[in-house]
Amino acid sequence: MIYLKLFWSFVQIGLFTIGGGYAAIPLIQNQVVNINEWMSLAEFTDLVTIAELTPGPIAINAATFVGTRMAGPFGSIVATIGCVLPSCVIVSILALLYKKYSSLNIVQGVLGGLRPAVVGMISSAWLSILALALLNGTTALFGLKTFNPYAACIFAASLFILKKFKISPIIIMLCSGLVGLVVYSI
Amino acid sequence: MNKSFKFHLKLFAQTFQISAFTFGGGFVIISLMKKQLVEKLGWLDEKEMLDFTALAQSSPGAVAVNASLLVGYRLAGITGAATALLGTILPPLLIITGISYAYDAFQSNIYIQNSLKGMQAAVAAVIADVVINLGGKIVKEKSVLNILVMIASFVCVAFLKVNIILVILVCGIIGLISTLIKGKKGGEK
Repeated sequence: MIYLKLFWSFVQIGLFTIGGGYAAIPLIQNQVVNINEWMSLAEFTDLVTIAELTPGPIAINAATFVGTRMAGPFGSIVATIGCVLPSCVIVSILALLYKKYSSLNIVQGVLGGLRPAVVGMISSAWLSILALALLNGTTALFGLKTFNPYAACIFAASLFILKKFKISPIIIMLCSGLVGLVVYSI
Repeated sequence: MNKSFKFHLKLFAQTFQISAFTFGGGFVIISLMKKQLVEKLGWLDEKEMLDFTALAQSSPGAVAVNASLLVGYRLAGITGAATALLGTILPPLLIITGISYAYDAFQSNIYIQNSLKGMQAAVAAVIADVVINLGGKIVKEKSVLNILVMIASFVCVAFLKVNIILVILVCGIIGLISTLIKGKKGGEK
């Protein structure tokens, strides 16, 4: 029964991915390529590329892609539900606990320590995205051979507009997409 | 708590929009949520958003899904969580279903690639804006411990590649200990 198999595989992926994003890739690979042989490794690499190019969490993208390929639209829905089910259960419990206990002194203390850490982690995510956009993902910050001046201009202009005016970030992204389409296509 | 049908529609529209533009990892959706839900709409305060980020990061599953569940629950209870979840998973579900049927055309289309490349730079700008805003506030608080924690966790994750869960665990313990010490001092007075 392919639906049950899809469902169960993605429940495991959803349950054992902690920290999201790239942490999910080896787990998905294990389920999809190694255990169930739904895809070849080459197809899986393509899937990772697509997931990076399209919006949404990589686990959801993988669930939809694998589900559709194996069992059509219904397969994609089943796999996606499997993927989010562990989150729904665990996070609902956390949400309840947060509502009940977030005003406690001790909990406030723990959360107080976490807030600056979260800011640090967001900064770290920003650095890698900036490197990807401006330097084509190279981590050698001083090897500026891959530096992309157009991307730097789009970055600087977007940041300036965001700081100066209260414009929705989504509009900024759409405009930058248009600019990219024009600039890179010429 | 706002439970009207109209609010749920609004919540769905917001999470759908945000999810449709979340290119990249979980911190991108967090940055977009902060800009839209905290700064623009004022549905949440900033502290809550940071708390939810820590919770979403340390729970299993996709960070975007976890964050939307937490935000939805906070705003409108169980039905809010369900609404936000639906809004968050529908865009990737629809887009990837489409792409998996037209995979080759999508992969080789230079115009799509070029637009996506342009958007990537904008994503970096949106997160930069959020980082400047949040980091500036931590610095203004003038708590040496908080500034140190922020810098240390940045260095650990960005350069030393320390596991995020470990960073969250250690910083939570640091927060707990500093509160206990403060509490003791307060008690002695």
